[in-house]
Amino acid sequence: MMPPEDRTPLEQRSDELTPMDRLLDDHAGPMVRPYVMTSGRIEPTRGKFDLITLVVAVGPEPEGAIGLGPEHLEIMRLCQAVLSVAELTGHLNLPVATVRVLLGDLLDKGFVSMQEPEPEADMHDIRLYKAVIDGLRAL
Amino acid sequence: MVSGRSDRARRLPTAVKIVIAGGFGVGKTTMVGTVSETAPLRTEELLTDESVGVDDISGVEAKTTTTVAMDFGRITMRNEYVLYLFGTPGQERFWFMWDEVSLGALGAVVLADTRRLSDCFPSVDYFERRNTPFVVAVNCFEGSQKYDLAEIQMALNLGPKVPVMLCDARNLESCKEVLIDLVIHAMKSRGLVDPEPQNA
Ligand SMILES: Nc1nc2c(ncn2[C@@H]2O[C@H](COP(=O)(O)OP(=O)(O)OP(=O)(O)O)[C@@H](O)[C@H]2O)c(=O)[nH]1
Ligand SMILES: [Mg+2]
Repeated sequence: MMPPEDRTPLEQRSDELTPMDRLLDDHAGPMVRPYVMTSGRIEPTRGKFDLITLVVAVGPEPEGAIGLGPEHLEIMRLCQAVLSVAELTGHLNLPVATVRVLLGDLLDKGFVSMQEPEPEADMHDIRLYKAVIDGLRAL
Repeated sequence: MVSGRSDRARRLPTAVKIVIAGGFGVGKTTMVGTVSETAPLRTEELLTDESVGVDDISGVEAKTTTTVAMDFGRITMRNEYVLYLFGTPGQERFWFMWDEVSLGALGAVVLADTRRLSDCFPSVDYFERRNTPFVVAVNCFEGSQKYDLAEIQMALNLGPKVPVMLCDARNLESCKEVLIDLVIHAMKSRGLVDPEPQNA
């Protein structure tokens, strides 16, 4: 997919740009470089910790850390209630990619279980829509 | 769930998401905050190469690292669903974030400000191209000229089926109305019919 034309002006940091960067990015500015590097992630792998995949700890917070770091334990603490991957990254103040790695560890060890969201192709269950409408009306 | 795998695990609800998009400063975060049960949270996505390792601080080579933040909020429903609202990153160049957040979305709200209507063009284009059901909600800022909704529909070159409505992102009832209209629109767009239309 071709990204539509960028229209947000950016502060210029042209002093940090190589001529090649300037050539490629004159309009978008230097911030786009990392985006170019992540081009492989334009379609994220569905299933592996989508932002709204729900996670819950399978047991209580493990006492002695069995190969778990403080962030793992923090996730176990937070996930005593069901939380999404997005919420975990918000509470942990860590980048999503990092949280995904940590969650992968916990899933491997059987410390968390998760619920993937419905794939887009499966959004043909009218109950989902009715439930969301009812939920919104009740707000 | 068919397998017995999760017998001991708690039965988890299913998460659903709605994207709130639109131009810079149009009220995306405000809308997320108005309907969410808690103050909006932020996710941070680190933009380096794909190998964002944990605890990997060796070989600190000068890499361009940037973070993109996305605001989101949660609405826990009394049924088996949890609804998440994601405000797209203000800067439209982070398209991969849009892709990530739009994938599997129930639908999208494109917020528009009539003083800068063209700011929502990229969002409209994006969801049209992606086939994500969306509605356009015109956020009524003070001092903005009053437009006829049909005029806006034309100016945005929207299909006749795309709902366009006025809203105030600071007002809960108004946001609820927008979101409910979106869900109904999404349901219809996916070929489902409302079995029991409003009987109030
Ligand atoms: N009058 C009026 N002001 C609003 C409305 N919605 C938002 N605002 C104000 O507009 C400003 C910008 O709102 P935000 O919610 O931060 O906008 P945003 O789209 O998240 O902005 P970015 O993330 O920076 O693109 C804030 O000062 C809000 O209080 C509205 O419906 N009416
Ligand atoms: Mg915002």
